[in-house]
Amino acid sequence: MNRGLHRFAVFTAAATFCLIVAGALVTSRDAGLSVPDWPLSYGSITPPWVGNIRYEHSHRVIAATVGLLTVCLAVWLRRRERRPWVKRLGYLAVGAVVAQGLLGGITVLFFLPAAISVSHACLAQIFFCLAVTLALVTGERWQQPALPLEDEDSPPLGQMTVLTSGAIFLQLVMGAALRHKGFGIVPHLVGATIVTALVLWTIYRVFFRHSNLATVTRPAAVMVLLLMVQLLLGGASYLVREATREAPQPMPVMVYITVAHVAIGAATLAASVWLLLEANRALRPAPGRTTEQAAVTT
Amino acid sequence: MKFKGLYIAATVAALGLAAACGGGGGGTEKKAESGPAAPANVTKVDPATAATVTGKASFAGAAPKPINLSMAAEPDCSKMHSTPVHSEEVVINSNGTLANVFVYVKSGLEGKTFEPPAGATELDQKGCIYTPHVVGVRTGQTVTIKNTDPTTHNVHPLPTVNREWNQSQPPNGPQLDKSFARPEIMIPVKCNVHPWMRSYIGVVDHPFFAVTNDQGAFELKGLPPGDYVIEAWHEKYGTQEQKVTLAASGSQAVEFAFKAQ
Repeated sequence: MNRGLHRFAVFTAAATFCLIVAGALVTSRDAGLSVPDWPLSYGSITPPWVGNIRYEHSHRVIAATVGLLTVCLAVWLRRRERRPWVKRLGYLAVGAVVAQGLLGGITVLFFLPAAISVSHACLAQIFFCLAVTLALVTGERWQQPALPLEDEDSPPLGQMTVLTSGAIFLQLVMGAALRHKGFGIVPHLVGATIVTALVLWTIYRVFFRHSNLATVTRPAAVMVLLLMVQLLLGGASYLVREATREAPQPMPVMVYITVAHVAIGAATLAASVWLLLEANRALRPAPGRTTEQAAVTT
Repeated sequence: MKFKGLYIAATVAALGLAAACGGGGGGTEKKAESGPAAPANVTKVDPATAATVTGKASFAGAAPKPINLSMAAEPDCSKMHSTPVHSEEVVINSNGTLANVFVYVKSGLEGKTFEPPAGATELDQKGCIYTPHVVGVRTGQTVTIKNTDPTTHNVHPLPTVNREWNQSQPPNGPQLDKSFARPEIMIPVKCNVHPWMRSYIGVVDHPFFAVTNDQGAFELKGLPPGDYVIEAWHEKYGTQEQKVTLAASGSQAVEFAFKAQ
């Protein structure tokens, strides 16, 4: 266990969360094209510090910092980490952050095409999940061999968490498409309903079947709390948008709520990935179960 | 869309090179689209038979409350105004008419070509507001864009049939001379640095267009006699059409009646 490496991975994940907040601010402030050029800003690394340029350039600076942190993390993992799959995750994170930077550049140079802007928003979530995963697996507990218990339920909790994380990610895709005017609000509302149902089902399973597993109940509790906040923010964002429809956008209240909605959405996905990792480490499906047995248990 | 995809793919491949070259482009000045060549068969309108359409854009119903623009986050902008600045989305004149309505001949001039425009049309950024709010230009006519503010702006038209561009303009920097190759009603123009800034450019391929003034009035003069459809466009209240038949040397008055929503 390299304590410094773990702390650095946690720091990188925290910086990535700040980057997501900065990116959300750019979209909510409609600042995406306030800097027409890329990779420099107004041909410089110190552009005029006025209006929306402040948001766009800050986003670029934080992104460059996260990119640097990710490269350092990958190098550190290569030198100190013994598990090959963790090293590979580090390399994957570098690939993701480079691709994310390129998508950011393309979105500026091609005037925010919806498909690219949505891809940029979604890759941000994937990268954040990678950063959170690296922060988790470099921790002391994950250095010890896993001793999984048998999960006799069906579907096993591990599979349920995969489904839930996938649904939350798709919901974030719908949200990004809504923000970048790729889709209307209906897919996002349908997604919210499905995600809520899946999270509640997962939570039910965690707290009624595995309440003795603190490694699983902790992320589950975080996930459901974040989901509740997220639903409130989603409702508030819709109501405020309706109330300020005639006002010149972006209204500050709208900016605050939508940025919080994006940030909590990212945190909810990260919590679900945390739960996914812990559940699949702590539990394994009981061998030899038939579909009929599974149906009875469910 | 396919071509756009190809462009995007090509850009991905070229980004490394762009980065090596320092990228950028902010502050550079170039023409967006070259204007059309002088037409071969220009329609000459006989001044003795030229007709005129005059009229106004009236407004019925309660005038919407003026919406204040908040420039508080941008001291360079707010200090240029001693009184609250209102959005120009809806401007009701003192005589109850509607300003900033773009009126133009929508049809009736097919097959006719006219002398290319001589001068440029000006769009200024003054007090962190685009002035004028609505402007008309001919295809290929130069639009001279100025920045007389002590702050940086970016000029970003959002056309659907013309080419999109986005260019920065430093305080009191060199003017931008741009043009639009294809007719388009209307092209929103944004400043992404100051998101409240918005203007609209109407691009037509003939000289018969106008924007209603502070009396809600407009005039389209020098038209050849004939049947026309006149359209009036407003950014909030949409479009209206009227058919007119103009006799030689005739004049016809039309009224576009917009209603509060």
